[in-house]
Amino acid sequence: MAKVSFNVNGESRALDLDTRTTLLDALREHLLLTGSKKGCDHGQCGACTVMVNGRRINSCLTLAVMHEGDAITTIEGLGMPGHLHPLQQAFIKHDGYQCGYCTPGQIVSAVAVLDEIKAGIPSHVSADLNAIPQVAEAELRERMSGNICRCGAYSNIVDAITEVAGSKG
Amino acid sequence: MKFDTPATNNPIDQLKVIGHPTDRIDGPLKTTGTAPYAYERHDVVAHQAYGYVVGAAIAKGRIAGMDLSKAKAEPGVLAVVTADNAGKLKKADRNTAKLLGGPEIEHYHQAIALVVAETFEEARAAAMLIAVDYVPAGGAFDLAAAKGSAKKSEPSFGGPADTAAGDFAGAFAAAPVKLDETYSTPDQAHAMMEPHASIAAWDGDRLTVWTSNQMIDWGRDDMAKTLGIAKDKVHLISPYVGGGFGGKLWVRADALLAALGARAAKRPVKVALPRPLIFNNTTHRPATIQRIRIGASPDGKITAIGHESWSGDLPDGGPETAVGQTRLLYAGANRMTAMRLATLDLPEGNAMRAPGEAPGMMALEIAVDEMAEKLKLDPIEFRILNDTAVDPEHPKRPFSQRHFAECLRIGAEHFGWRKRNASPGKTREGRFLIGTGVAAAFRNNLVLASGARVRLDNRGVVTVETDMTDIGTGSYTIIGQTAAEMMGVPLERVVVRLGDSAYPVSAGSGGQFGANSSTAGVYAACVKLRDAVARKLGFNSADAIFADGTVHSGNRSVPLAEAAGERGLEAEDKIEFGDLDKKYQQSTFGAHFVEVGVDVATAEIRVRRMLAVCAAGRILNPKSARSQVIGAMTMGVGAALMEELVVDKRRGFFVNHDLAGYEVPVHADIPHQEVIFLDETDPMSSPMKAKGVGELGICGVGAAVANAIYNATGIRVRDYPITLDKLIDRMPAV
Amino acid sequence: MKPFTYERAQSPAEAAAAAARIAGAKFIAGGTNLLDLMKLEIETPAHLIDVNGLKLDTIEATAEGGLRIGALARNTDLAADPRVRRNYGLLSRALLAGASGQLRNKATTAGNLLQRTRCPYFYDTNQPCNKRQPGSGCAAIGGFSRQHAVLGVSENCIATQPSDMAVAMMALDATVETVRADGATRKIPIADFYRAPADTPETETVLAPGELILAVTLPKPVGGKHIYHKVRDRASYAFALVSVGAIVQRDGSGRAALGGVAHKPWRIAAAEAEMPRGAKAVAERLLAGATPTHENAFKLPLVERTLAAVLSDARA
Repeated sequence: MAKVSFNVNGESRALDLDTRTTLLDALREHLLLTGSKKGCDHGQCGACTVMVNGRRINSCLTLAVMHEGDAITTIEGLGMPGHLHPLQQAFIKHDGYQCGYCTPGQIVSAVAVLDEIKAGIPSHVSADLNAIPQVAEAELRERMSGNICRCGAYSNIVDAITEVAGSKG
Repeated sequence: MKFDTPATNNPIDQLKVIGHPTDRIDGPLKTTGTAPYAYERHDVVAHQAYGYVVGAAIAKGRIAGMDLSKAKAEPGVLAVVTADNAGKLKKADRNTAKLLGGPEIEHYHQAIALVVAETFEEARAAAMLIAVDYVPAGGAFDLAAAKGSAKKSEPSFGGPADTAAGDFAGAFAAAPVKLDETYSTPDQAHAMMEPHASIAAWDGDRLTVWTSNQMIDWGRDDMAKTLGIAKDKVHLISPYVGGGFGGKLWVRADALLAALGARAAKRPVKVALPRPLIFNNTTHRPATIQRIRIGASPDGKITAIGHESWSGDLPDGGPETAVGQTRLLYAGANRMTAMRLATLDLPEGNAMRAPGEAPGMMALEIAVDEMAEKLKLDPIEFRILNDTAVDPEHPKRPFSQRHFAECLRIGAEHFGWRKRNASPGKTREGRFLIGTGVAAAFRNNLVLASGARVRLDNRGVVTVETDMTDIGTGSYTIIGQTAAEMMGVPLERVVVRLGDSAYPVSAGSGGQFGANSSTAGVYAACVKLRDAVARKLGFNSADAIFADGTVHSGNRSVPLAEAAGERGLEAEDKIEFGDLDKKYQQSTFGAHFVEVGVDVATAEIRVRRMLAVCAAGRILNPKSARSQVIGAMTMGVGAALMEELVVDKRRGFFVNHDLAGYEVPVHADIPHQEVIFLDETDPMSSPMKAKGVGELGICGVGAAVANAIYNATGIRVRDYPITLDKLIDRMPAV
Repeated sequence: MKPFTYERAQSPAEAAAAAARIAGAKFIAGGTNLLDLMKLEIETPAHLIDVNGLKLDTIEATAEGGLRIGALARNTDLAADPRVRRNYGLLSRALLAGASGQLRNKATTAGNLLQRTRCPYFYDTNQPCNKRQPGSGCAAIGGFSRQHAVLGVSENCIATQPSDMAVAMMALDATVETVRADGATRKIPIADFYRAPADTPETETVLAPGELILAVTLPKPVGGKHIYHKVRDRASYAFALVSVGAIVQRDGSGRAALGGVAHKPWRIAAAEAEMPRGAKAVAERLLAGATPTHENAFKLPLVERTLAAVLSDARA
């Protein structure tokens, strides 16, 4: 067992955990924040995506004890029914989901993707490594590729993200 | 309500709520992660323990001994369940192999034990400490090798093993233009994002299972049968299902082992199948080898069409019914189909999205493209030339609706088919050879009895309860729309409760029968509730109008809330189908158009444009129906380009058994997708006049991709998936 | 996952000493590969030394005009570093072609070099695998070997090293800087870093037990066009079937390394000498002695054709 404290969605949480507990299981099984999903538990699907200190990661491939003092944002921290995040609203409007299981990961990832583009981080499809990346459909598709949607809502998800990116200017 | 005469005008035809592209009513829950899936129900029962499944390490053989002592001695371990100590278990008819194996092992990763512990980490670690002494046995794992021993299968939902009309052999032999080719499709995995998962809790002899299952009543039957308890002692709850695609039609090891684990540990137990176990532990779409023969006159009329398919399964399993569509899709007086089933000791084959038609259309629609080329006909014109208004085997039996040719023509116009260069390998943009392909979409319309309960309360709120599931299909929303339309209330005044065996038995989710059948069941219950309201108010039911939250008759108007009274009103009914599906062939039709680019150097294939045109009865919600279709198109791209459970034919298992090894399409693989729905209503299908689209959307996509690759490169690949290694030797020099 | 004890390392030297002292100890940084393998008990460390707090994440210019990349620099940060983008585009491209955004945010430079094979038989503990369980045999030989190595294989192992980044590091002549348990540091040229499978496929690098990577150093930029061409079935989030990392100078000379074909990024000086003569000549030298299986023989023409595309892009 090991003690760890971190901040989740603006609240500090202290846990005493089996060292083997992943961040994902700490969220789902100990903090009862089940919005982050376990699709594969091996970093192969993206359903567990959360942001740690503002960066998206697969929470299934990191140990909770490695996050002492970190600030973690899960889907629940982005918005809840009644006060949705613009991306959550856009996913509803564009039907950017079907079964809903990959959806929280897609949305958290999308929030981070827009931040990454804004921060000027290039991608595999950026034509010029030294230019400022733009919000283009090809860029979104490449950057979102770590989030698998077996229901196949990709086309709608890209529409949803594009709309939010556009309205942000 | 018995539906045995064609639907006439009914309240659904008002289309005030039905037919609108309404946002899903479960959207706020799904987008905030607050829709509760099976493994997440911390709220429903206290003291849940964790179960971890152990899978067999061999494909076939016997367990000579198991040493559980190390596992049992681990900290936190509460129980270890094996076939040895689980008590007597039966096998449900819907399962081919036992869900808990031992001492016989029927397939790789068949569950052989469950370790229950206080925590997930403890259960997982202890599970690895179970030592098993196996006596392996030889098995058959290679479909091509077993093909010769394949036998006629029992008639299944996909039809009899053999069909014939006219004189196929004679007509094919005499045909001036003919094709005789063999195609293959690999084993495929559903790979739904939510692993199979369940929480089980016993209360005396009553069992409650929160699970992820498409068919609640089947599940309840099979759970009861497997455990040897009465059906009314089993309560199944599955309000949210994180994808199924046929993989969750059945009770699987998670549910059974959670129940057994809970009995052994005397506590509620939760179990999710680990992802690397799912591919071999659960069901998959079986591989096929398909031979197609088509004979035609020089003007392009099909005179003979034959389709044979070979697949394999465990003993007592069934065939992949890949020939079904060939009985119905094209005209031709002389025809035959045949299915043969080999015994294979691979994991259990079973339904996956559009079983039969999905792999069948992957082969047939390449064959049709090849035949058009032989005839020097445009592939669209060739298809239209061989369109039929009647069941070709039974010319007196018409289709209820058949707008196949329109789908092709509208699609061709919209996709810019005219601009296509019919000569393959001639269009190049930069690094890419460009090609376009077309294929028919076809999937039969099935109808199943479906029940619902509808309640009107004293606030005028309508609550619908049915054991129907929403596996991403949009059931919540279209059921809500149906009730809103019928009762004359806005959608916001409807509450929909699904996926609970305490509710009336529905059609469930499968075979693209769910949307039409389940909403028809809600329709039936609403008709009864309308009668009850009218009766209570002394209105003549026939001329009562339900609109704007009010019921009107003559010059009287009463708000529904008031009509319901303090205690409210409730009605329950189910739709039952007569023989309209026998008198009329009910099918859904479409056309898929695909443009691909093939990297001239590496032969990497990327899809650039996709369009589907669908004729599938009334579209209850164009937004969620469109999502069903684009999702199916996406899965079709996977089937065409990457999906294959690779069989290790020596060791008898699917080797690439995780989501890194079994590749499914990612965002970057899928372009913007377009869908056009024809304005069709089908009064033979149900009072809703709707049919399904969720499986239509996958049927033919793979072939459209294959045909586009051929158009791009001039290379015809008949073995799916079409990966670059199958092209590279024939690509032009760089 | 086997139980383990956990500590946060205080300094690189202490971390290396602890790793050598404590039986079954392993370093953990990004964890994206190690935890994946620990869940399957392919890796079973008894003690984890978390090195994330060691401030080894800086990227700084060297006196020689090169770049010293801290072992803990995350893949995302390394790929986005303006100096890397400007002067070592190959490295940036290779990183961005790998994994997913989420994984790159966590994965480190050192961890990426050390990531283990994705051979499906290595990943399945029911199957024989000499790399996972020395002496148990190799199920990939004669089995599903589409992804496997065509060069440098042995009768004991045909696994590939899956890193994209390592291909770029190989072409860029990177040096791996380490500290050992006794506090001594050393510099290992990347060309000497990986070991051929031979009879001990379980030993993948020349690192000694407990040896900790501190940094990877790049020599001063060599200019030229930097191209990383990764070939895969899926358009993203997939390991390479083959990849070519190349630096091509205006006169047609240059460097080329291959990914997805061997236990290490494959680079041959004699092949580079052929670069002005074109892809066929280079591929012939690079692939000399290749021993493909029936299932991965396509990698040979694929390498040549990918090289041709790269050289043509370089001319464009």
